[in-house]
Amino acid sequence: MLSVDVEKRLGEFSIAAKFEAAGGATALFGPSGAGKTSIVNMIAGLVRPDRGRIVLDDNVLFDSAARVNVPAHRRRIGYVFQEGRLFPHLSVAQNLDYGRWMSKLEPDPAERERIVALLDIGNLLPRRPGHLSGGERQRVAIGRALLLKPRLLLLDEPLASLDRARKLEILPYLARLRDEARVPMIYVSHQAGEIQRLASQVVRIEDGRVVGAGGLELLDETLA
Amino acid sequence: MFDLTPDEWTAVYLSLRIALVATIASLPFGIAIAWVLARKDFWGKALLDGVVHLPLVLPPVVTGYLLLITFGRRGAAGEFLASIGIVFSFRWTGAALACGVMAFPLLVRAIRLSFEAIDRRLEDAASTLGASGFWTFLTVTLPLALPGVIAGMVLSFAKALGEFGATITFVSNIPGETQTISAAIYTLTQVPGGDAAAGRLVLISIVIALAALIASEWFARRAGMRYHGD
Repeated sequence: MLSVDVEKRLGEFSIAAKFEAAGGATALFGPSGAGKTSIVNMIAGLVRPDRGRIVLDDNVLFDSAARVNVPAHRRRIGYVFQEGRLFPHLSVAQNLDYGRWMSKLEPDPAERERIVALLDIGNLLPRRPGHLSGGERQRVAIGRALLLKPRLLLLDEPLASLDRARKLEILPYLARLRDEARVPMIYVSHQAGEIQRLASQVVRIEDGRVVGAGGLELLDETLA
Repeated sequence: MFDLTPDEWTAVYLSLRIALVATIASLPFGIAIAWVLARKDFWGKALLDGVVHLPLVLPPVVTGYLLLITFGRRGAAGEFLASIGIVFSFRWTGAALACGVMAFPLLVRAIRLSFEAIDRRLEDAASTLGASGFWTFLTVTLPLALPGVIAGMVLSFAKALGEFGATITFVSNIPGETQTISAAIYTLTQVPGGDAAAGRLVLISIVIALAALIASEWFARRAGMRYHGD
């Protein structure tokens, strides 16, 4: 259970968002520039809210009143970025293991094998990110975030940088992930189609504000 | 062609040793200051940047003289360091210090530029994966800056090999202790019949400089290949 209540001023633009997300996949849905990525960055700990409170399960990650701000590297929240952000100087295998090294987790070969198989990236392991296609890169990025054994997985428009064919290639993996990985997910997108296939709950965001929270009926573009 | 006398070999060996020690000893400081200049905003940043670049614009004799009054036997820092067994004045270590200081702006500049060219978003990605600031620097920032670090080291080494003014002012021109190739060539041009020996040392300098440039090009290319996957 994630509960978010944050305020942040970014120049002329401001965010004041309050919502909750239970388990399963929750979509943050709204037009580009609505502040979705900033909200996700605050959950991850990459951007510090001006005011508010972020609680994951029973763990307070941020609370301006109590002066709590758990740094990003101690939050154990997996983050799949729009552009992958694989480390170019490491092989795919090393990228996958990076989270385990840095978070000092015990090796778990069975889990690693399962995720490699789930994402179908076994044949990519010795390669460097520079040699991968966009779709392959995104699958590795998803695997890297999952192998952190995160308490929550953030996916920020993971398909936005891909062409249509690549999107269709990744979507089934994301659906499998939702069904098999049992990690709560926050899925950011402005594409109603993607969300329809993946999420069960929707938080609709416009101009830095939450304008609706509920089920898939919120995807209807005519609502505002 | 390289039929050098023992004294000339000594000058070559000393030059290489001084340049190498100067480069390696200044590297940690260079990386730290380059990182601070690339990433931090603080009061006095312009001043720090200016001080780092000072040896580049000051006459080398001035830098050498400042080193002499600071690190010489009577200098404030020199006196203290001498009491714990580190002596710079009229020693090859002093030559290394002078070379390190003179080459420092070049070292810092190259490393700073490569820090600034790194995609900060990769560092954010590392932190979401559990890497603290220190580990992010060690596993992401520094490896990605490696081509710049190597380029900076080569520049620094080359500058140290050619350093003359500050070194001769600070630690003089003592054969076998502080007489580098440059100082030896200078001495040879001051005595009758020194042309042949000077010529040999000139050739040696050219060979060393070319080898350093080619080596750095090769390292940088290799590092670049690794990162961009070509």
